[in-house]
Amino acid sequence: MRRWGCDDAYRATGAAVNLFGHAISMPALYGQLLIGLINGSFYALLSLGLAVIFGMLTIVNFAHGAFYMMGAFAAYFLLQYVGLSYWFALILAPLIVGVIGAVVEGLFLKRLAGFDPLYSLLLTFGLALIIQGLFQNYYGASGMPYAIPKPLTGAYNLGFMFLPVYRAWVIVASAVVCFGTWLVIEKTKLGAYLRAATENPTMVRAFGINVPRMVTLTYGFGVALAAFAGVLAAPINQVRPGMGADIIAVVFAVVVIGGMGSILGSIVTGFALGVVEGLTKVFYPEASNTVVFVIMAIVLLIRPTGLFGRAA
Amino acid sequence: MDIDASVSPADLASQDRRVNALAFAIMVVLIAIAPFFAYPFFVMQAMCLALFACAFNLLIGYANLLSLGHAMFFGLASYVCAHAAKVWGLEPVSAIAVGVAASAVLGFVTGALAIRSAGIYFAMITMAFSQMVFFFCVEAPFTHGEDGIQGVPQGRALGFIDLSNPWMLYGFVAVVFLFGFLVLQRAVNSPFGEILKAIRENEPRAVSLGYRAVQYKLAAFVLSAVIAGLAGATKALVVQNASLTDVSFSTSGEVVLMTLVGGMGTFYGPVVGALIVVAMQNYLAEFGEWVTVIQGVVFVACVLAFRRGIVGELAARARLSL
Repeated sequence: MRRWGCDDAYRATGAAVNLFGHAISMPALYGQLLIGLINGSFYALLSLGLAVIFGMLTIVNFAHGAFYMMGAFAAYFLLQYVGLSYWFALILAPLIVGVIGAVVEGLFLKRLAGFDPLYSLLLTFGLALIIQGLFQNYYGASGMPYAIPKPLTGAYNLGFMFLPVYRAWVIVASAVVCFGTWLVIEKTKLGAYLRAATENPTMVRAFGINVPRMVTLTYGFGVALAAFAGVLAAPINQVRPGMGADIIAVVFAVVVIGGMGSILGSIVTGFALGVVEGLTKVFYPEASNTVVFVIMAIVLLIRPTGLFGRAA
Repeated sequence: MDIDASVSPADLASQDRRVNALAFAIMVVLIAIAPFFAYPFFVMQAMCLALFACAFNLLIGYANLLSLGHAMFFGLASYVCAHAAKVWGLEPVSAIAVGVAASAVLGFVTGALAIRSAGIYFAMITMAFSQMVFFFCVEAPFTHGEDGIQGVPQGRALGFIDLSNPWMLYGFVAVVFLFGFLVLQRAVNSPFGEILKAIRENEPRAVSLGYRAVQYKLAAFVLSAVIAGLAGATKALVVQNASLTDVSFSTSGEVVLMTLVGGMGTFYGPVVGALIVVAMQNYLAEFGEWVTVIQGVVFVACVLAFRRGIVGELAARARLSL
């Protein structure tokens, strides 16, 4: 129900998903590995956005899935009503959704500064309900197709498998954006301000930096990452109001496994867990929906702060 | 909450006790006369959800632990009870006991892992666990996937209370609700509850005084899971089915909403909140998805302007603890 199934390209290779205990055909294995990498791309982008927001605002953005869905819808609207292609949507949709996020932060979340972070969590939770309810109202539960952009159709023949161009693009685009974000936060002056403001906002304000505005922009940026993931997902999965709610629980598990607030941790864990999930689909399909949560339980037993997290 | 200096703590406690006894008496009377004014089926559903919300409230209200996966206890107990009653042919009270036992085990296992963290971390972990239970229920053969377990027989409780009689069923559900409510109230007002509150206020200090904070929190978590399971199992007998909705994330969200609207950390808040949310769902059902939107708006409004909830606000005005 949640994952995208095999492509026609894989079916063409004659691969069937093998059940536990049977011989595993190599094309099926590669196919699921690829699907795992695709899912991992989304997990990485989404958990990265959550980590960025958490680092700065120390809140968990429960509306993240809703913003991811809004990104996909923004791409759909841009194409349908404005006639702007996928490439414009790739820039504009995150921008639009990011601005909406920044407004939400300024209007609502700012008021909760100083209260228990659980209230911010509940607020974003309520926002997610509103957004998802509104979209479900107008677009129902079923999805709307979004065509793969022309230059990205077709597939590469790698000899051992067919690699659809669009899927390769998703993996590359996600990796580049993730790595770029990490670079900005860890290696630039802006990132240094950000990290400083996370450690000691009062001190950073004393240096004349507008920290509240930085908080708003950070939230907007984290949300924009989610929307970017949404645009990437639009041609693979259909554009559905429920797409965010379906993926968000797994993303939270990814964040818990990686460790809260760890930028690199969220990226690495996101990709890795996507692959693990894909492999589970080959070797033990019944567990593919739960494997991430089982890993989470094991990680919590061994390292309660997550693989890359620091002690609170 | 600021306490009037002229009232000594002892007086306050005895006043609280009287107010609480009065409030409880009012609630019992209301439950007794409700079926003459409202659709009994609706009241029974509301009581099950109110008990569920009270169980959730034990964690958020008295241990400051926000569980976003409480539907797993409610839903699993509901499935197990339905299965026990239908397939194993157990008598209703035993079926409920089996369901509660299942949620107790689940509560112990997930609690032992989740309780090592607090705050938002705890919320995410409980949510992830409940998602895992959800997928388990989708896959497991005994839950019948999307169909759920239909046509659960109500049977004769303890062999002589015929629950297929609507009045008997109503009385039975009322007794279960009041029993669960009193267990929770007793737990909060006991030394156990006081220590729990002490841990909530200042965990390092409670630990330095020699209390094993983790064990107390785990005990609270398991008790909450047990009562949530009791509510879920009873619900399975009332509506005669168990479905994926009961174990889904939206149910986890609803119980948060009920408690938030009524008032976190108050005894009667979750009950009032559950009534409001159930009424909202019943009377606004024709608006379809708008119910979700309205729920979201209520959520946001409560968090921004109304953090104490209805009962919490009333209690603060009247300087009572309800």
